[in-house]
Amino acid sequence: MAIKVEHELHKRRLGRNVGLGLVLVGFVALVFGLTVVKVERGDLSATPPSAEGGN
Amino acid sequence: MTDTSINNQARAGAGDAGFGDYFALLKPRVMSLVVFTALVGLLAAPVNVHPVIGFASILFIALGGGASGALNMWWDADIDRIMKRTQSRPIPAGKITEGEALAFGAFLSALSVVMLGLAANLVAAAILAFTIFFYVVVYTMWLKRWTPQNIVIGGAAGAFPPMIGWAVATGGISVESVLMFTLIFMWTPPHFWALALFMKSDYHEARVPMLTVTHGRRATRAHILIYTLLLAPIALGTGFTAIGGPVYLVVALVLNGLFLKGAFDIWRRDEAQAEADGYRAEKKLFALSLVYLFGHFGAILAESTLAQFGAQFGLGGW
Repeated sequence: MAIKVEHELHKRRLGRNVGLGLVLVGFVALVFGLTVVKVERGDLSATPPSAEGGN
Repeated sequence: MTDTSINNQARAGAGDAGFGDYFALLKPRVMSLVVFTALVGLLAAPVNVHPVIGFASILFIALGGGASGALNMWWDADIDRIMKRTQSRPIPAGKITEGEALAFGAFLSALSVVMLGLAANLVAAAILAFTIFFYVVVYTMWLKRWTPQNIVIGGAAGAFPPMIGWAVATGGISVESVLMFTLIFMWTPPHFWALALFMKSDYHEARVPMLTVTHGRRATRAHILIYTLLLAPIALGTGFTAIGGPVYLVVALVLNGLFLKGAFDIWRRDEAQAEADGYRAEKKLFALSLVYLFGHFGAILAESTLAQFGAQFGLGGW
């Protein structure tokens, strides 16, 4: 007997996969956003801003 | 795999949980309290946080809280199967296996702590890690099934979020953040015991030592009054610190007056009186306890907002 694609099980799996996909996309967007903010603020700089001879 | 085996698996429900089942493992209702109090802690702090960092931090704090909820459901699966209130949770319902819940909770715990450390700072991440440890190991694995004071000490886990929010902004701990912790810590026992008085729960069958079962309802009523009496000076004292102000103090005066009266009413009653009116006073105190907590943290938020936007008019704080 062939597996029926429209089985309730497949709907549940689809829902889970779409949900996980959206979470992963959201996580990537969040990490990207954090990186942009941290680079702009100089948080990721190896040398502290005060030691660079600026103000 | 045959169609028959898939059908059998689908009927049993195990191994193919939906997205919502995993979300339910995170105890979303508890998470909403974590988000609110952590946000207040973050916004009440005297240091401004970049919105993206603030948003990410709150998200990772909520995730850490949710992860500890999943680990709690993993460990407590045996008693969740016995108690009616918890039988529909994903593990007793057969939608998620215990091993899956353990892996899910452990992974999200590690992820939330590491990400909070990267997004905010190590102090905030360390307090989050300690909160997860405290809730899962100290409360769930040790105290919950051992002592009727489980609610008191376990309440500490729910009290940490505002401290974490504060640490995200300031990178440290201060009197104000400890007071916010103490406020939730002292509020938890009367909140839960009021619920325990009118919820005919099956903790006894699950062998969880609740105060109402081990020491009786008379002692529980006395405990509620004692903790409410101890809570009031902490709540009012917070009003005189940097996070307090006239708005907070008025709210605290009104809510503590009502809360004390409610606790006193409960203390004066016996079981016959309570059963006669369907536990009206106990239900009223439980509902009030929710307003109490949201009222105090809402007032702290109001003071911080007023200080931010109404400083030129002399509004906010002292």
